[in-house]
This record gives sequence, C-alpha cells and structure tokens, in this order.
Amino acid sequence: MIEIGLGHYLSLGAIIFFLGVIGIFLNRKNVIVILMSIELILLSVNINLISFSIFSGDIVGQIFTMLILTVAAAEAAIGLAIIVIYYRNRGSIRVEDIHGMKG
Amino acid sequence: MLAHSVFFYFFSVIAIFSSLMVITSRSTVNSVFFLILDFISVGCLFIMVGAEFLGMIILIVYVGAVAVLFLFVVMMLNVAEQKQSWFIGKKSTHIPIGLIVSVLILLELLVVVGGWKYKDDLMSSSTLNLSDISNTHQLGLVMYTDYILYFQLAGVILLLSMIGAILLTFRQRKGVKKQSYFNQISRNPASSIELRNVESNKGVKIDD
Repeated sequence: MIEIGLGHYLSLGAIIFFLGVIGIFLNRKNVIVILMSIELILLSVNINLISFSIFSGDIVGQIFTMLILTVAAAEAAIGLAIIVIYYRNRGSIRVEDIHGMKG
Repeated sequence: MLAHSVFFYFFSVIAIFSSLMVITSRSTVNSVFFLILDFISVGCLFIMVGAEFLGMIILIVYVGAVAVLFLFVVMMLNVAEQKQSWFIGKKSTHIPIGLIVSVLILLELLVVVGGWKYKDDLMSSSTLNLSDISNTHQLGLVMYTDYILYFQLAGVILLLSMIGAILLTFRQRKGVKKQSYFNQISRNPASSIELRNVESNKGVKIDD
C-alpha cells in the first residue's frame, strides 16, 4: 500500500481507460464529450507506456508516448474541425441527429 | 517513499475524480474544465515518476493547446445549453452492452495488473547506460538518432492535420472585400489616373 509500484500506475491507467470507454458508450447528446473521452483513453495509454518505461529503465516507451501525443493532437484538431463544419451545415451536433450514413 | 505514495494517491484520486466528472457533468464547459484538471494531475504524476519532459509536454501542449482548442470550439458552437443527459428521454438500446463491454475491459486490465505481480523481476532492455543523465537528455539521445524517421513522420502528421483543419473550416464568404496582390501590382498610370478639366464652382463626380 505504501510502496508505489508498477501495479498502481497500471491500475490508474486501467480505471481512466474504463471511464473513457464508458463515456463513449453512455453519451448520447454531445459529440464533443465523445472526443474528450477519446482523449482520456489516449491519456491512459500514455500512463501505461510511461510507467513501463520508468519501471523497466527503457526510454523507448517515452518516445512512443511523444508520438501518441502528436497523433492525439492531430486527431483532436481534425475532429473538432469536422464538428465545426457539421454544426455549420446542420445546426446541431447531437449524437442522435447524426444519422446521415444510417450507421 | 511515504511522500511518493502520498503524492501518488493525491494526484491519482484527482485524476480519477476529474475523468469521472468529464463524462458525467451536465454542461460541456464543465467537462472541458475537468479535462484540463485531469491533464494537469496526470502531468504532475509523470513529473513525479521521473518523466519530466513528457510531464511538461502534457502541461504545455495539452493544457495549453488541445484543451483550450476544445474550450474554443465549445464556446464557438454555442453548445453549452445542449446538456448531456443520460437518463432523460428516449432510452438508448446499447447502454447495457456498453456497460458490459467497459466493465469487461476494466476487469481484463486489472487481471493484467494482478498477473504482473507474479512475473520475474523487470529486466532493463536498454542498450545505453542512461542512468546519470537527465530525462530530456536521454530522450534527445534516442529520439534524434534511432527514431529520427518516426520523429519526422510525426512532423508530417502534424502538417497534414493542420492543412486538413484549415481546408475543412475554410469557407468563402460573399461580400467580403479582399486584397488582390496581382491587381495591385499590375496597375499602371494609364488605367488608374484620369485627368479632367474641372469647371469652377462645379466640382467633379467620381465613379460615373
């Protein structure tokens, strides 16, 4: 309990991942919150990679974390741009209203 | 060691609480603020565990750029009154399946943590002796030599996303006066200066 090891960090990553997945599934109103849940999932992946990198003494995990950060930033920018033009065309970004592709 | 555990529990409790509030708070602006709090606490955890460079990157890039981008979009789209409500209105059919899948994912991840306890001791797979230099120095030593291709590909990804975001949100408005450098440069006196004889007490009318 006092000694903080790898398992503590992995548990934290697991819980944040779980909350992100729940946020995707349970959200039915707002697509921006779904994007935020994806950010939470990527953050939990970063927690896992960094804790393995620190506890195994290998720097490569942190480099992968930087690449994930890059991809996450690009994904957030593109996703928000898509949301902006969708709102401009349709006037609503409720998840229930987005059914143009009958998915 | 006691301070380490105290700080770990402090920051991780804040991180879990704020990520719970991200997905449950009723207004989107509150969700963005809790997302910022989540990024800050996880960045503090990274700094505490010894990955200072990535912790500062999280604090600067995520809190400073990505979360503010979210906030900007939320305020620009006027979705603050579009409250997210889970249990109001028409029930969605995939909520139970979603709950089952997420709980299964959590259990699997925790089983991995439990199994890790009985593994042998971790072996360092690093080839360099990186113990006596700082974290940023280590990252630079590896990133600009062995992983230079990935570094440059990340730059290409950022460039592509920038071009894509600009192209997606660009629109040509009607009735906006724009500068045309070509027309400005290619003017000559013959086409733009007109000499008139103005009678006294009459004045001259332009644009006729």
